Amino acid sequence: MFVAWRDLTFAKGRFALMGAVVVLITLLVGLLSGLTAGLARQNVSAVTGLPADRLAFAAPAGGQDLSYADSVVTEAQWRHWARVPGVIRAEPLGITTTRANAGDRSAGVSVFGVLPGSPLAPAGERVEDGTVVLSTAAAGELGVGEGDAVTLAGRELTVAAARGDASFSHTPVVWASLDTWRALAPPAGARDGGPTATVIALDTDRGADLAAGDRAAGTRTVTKDDSLSAIGSYTSENGSLQLMRGFLFAISALVVGAFFTVWTIQRGGDIAVLKALGAPTRRLLADALGQALVLLTGGTLAGTAVAAAAGAALTGSDIPFALTPATVLVPAAVTIALGALGAALSVRRITSVDPLTALGSAR
Amino acid sequence: MSLELTDITLTYPDGDTRLTALDHVSLDVPRGSVTAVVGPSGSGKSSLLAVAATLVTPDSGTVAVDGTPTTGLSRGELAALRRRSIGIVFQQPNLLPSLTAAEQLQVMAGIDGRSPGRARGRALELLDAVGLADQAGRRPHQLSGGQRQRVNIARALMNDPTVLLVDEPTSALDQERGAAGQRQRVNIARALMNDPTVLLVDEPTSALDQERGAAVMGLLTGLTHRRATATVLVTHDRALLTAVDRVAEVHDGRLVLSAPAR
Repeated sequence: MFVAWRDLTFAKGRFALMGAVVVLITLLVGLLSGLTAGLARQNVSAVTGLPADRLAFAAPAGGQDLSYADSVVTEAQWRHWARVPGVIRAEPLGITTTRANAGDRSAGVSVFGVLPGSPLAPAGERVEDGTVVLSTAAAGELGVGEGDAVTLAGRELTVAAARGDASFSHTPVVWASLDTWRALAPPAGARDGGPTATVIALDTDRGADLAAGDRAAGTRTVTKDDSLSAIGSYTSENGSLQLMRGFLFAISALVVGAFFTVWTIQRGGDIAVLKALGAPTRRLLADALGQALVLLTGGTLAGTAVAAAAGAALTGSDIPFALTPATVLVPAAVTIALGALGAALSVRRITSVDPLTALGSAR
Repeated sequence: MSLELTDITLTYPDGDTRLTALDHVSLDVPRGSVTAVVGPSGSGKSSLLAVAATLVTPDSGTVAVDGTPTTGLSRGELAALRRRSIGIVFQQPNLLPSLTAAEQLQVMAGIDGRSPGRARGRALELLDAVGLADQAGRRPHQLSGGQRQRVNIARALMNDPTVLLVDEPTSALDQERGAAGQRQRVNIARALMNDPTVLLVDEPTSALDQERGAAVMGLLTGLTHRRATATVLVTHDRALLTAVDRVAEVHDGRLVLSAPAR
């Protein structure tokens, strides 16, 4: 790194310019990552926070994809799953989106219907017919607290508690009893045993034969994470944002690679001289890669710090920004890794520099 | 002998045929002596230097440095031989623009896997030996052509080589002297542009007062004798030959004469 360090300070204008590009790209990736995670949390946190490892949907007809909007499971299916060996717990869960009113305030909410006392809901023991447990966001939007009344689809209910921050499809969750949920949104498509809920939340152990259970119950069971793609808006929204992030990572690697390609070509004469003097190629490669890593790490740390500061400023605002190690450090690490890959592909041309060109060259 | 070239033949592709650059050339260079290789352009001088520097592998013949044959050595082994046993004084100084004069020498320790910081003392000692003790902190663009060439020489000696290969050491100085002369002529023409009645001239030859090739040669021969290197000097400048111990003349790839200079 003897020459590499001195090059960094000697050509500081060029490296500062490139460093600024890395800072800006990292800042953009960091902000986008925080926003993606924030939006995803608003979309799926009610599902990811369920104390269950699998969800059983009504098997869609005609090879269609699973959908929370279209799935309707029956009481018979639920009871079947409750009896399957290896299933520790099976809980019906109804989901619908509606408007809630309290006084002169109203808000779009997702109503999650559960059995009274169900562990699926926070403070589930307080969910009864006629009462609801609101997520804190729903309580805040409606301006209500424990003991206040809220109206869901024309039906007046009492707030038993305000707990948790669950949201679904960008709306805060209201936990109600399954009977209340059925009254609010009567499920269509009655089947054998009558419509009961949207999905069945399963808590299973390794011995559960899920395939056999699905065949017998006429359901399709997926993991909690796999079920997220059944939320209509999630796949398209998250896919678009992840695509943007991917492009930014690719652009970052390409920009860094292009810079070091030009830099290596410019240094071709110096490299030839060093090789002619006996410098091992591997040492020259290590120096060049070290130089790239210094630039990438410095730029990425600065960009990440600015992104984290911006994220901290946005916390608590209406913008759904998630400031976590995963949204800050992972993009930084990926930026460094991909940038280093771009630089490595560029500086490998050091191996092809012919030291003979140093003899008789005028530089 | 520190450098032994034995029956070297080197050819280059030239269309459908091959051009013979060196034709069964043999040359032994003992330590503590300067052997000049002279000849017209295209005679094979530079090819001889490239083979001696292990930068080109000959078609046939052997090169031995300090008694070690280079035949069959890998690229890495040849690089190690160059950095430990062979010093190269380039035709142009070829200094790295980001390094100071002292650092140009310290980098030689770095490429040999030693600490450049610890080599600073030796770098300053060598810069002192070439008369640049007070220029150690200057970068190439802050040095004159002669000073750059002295750094070039000092760098070649940094790892205590037994073989010193010198390629046209005054060529860069000649070029700079020519460029300085052209600039001075433009300077004089500009002063005459408005037909002045009074012309004030301030030391018009100072810019032309570059270091002489003889001074460089004096430095090289002195260092060769003091440090007991086997020095090969490739040059077209016959004025430099008075300072060397032997002269080898190359014509059409053949070493036609090898005789004492004086």
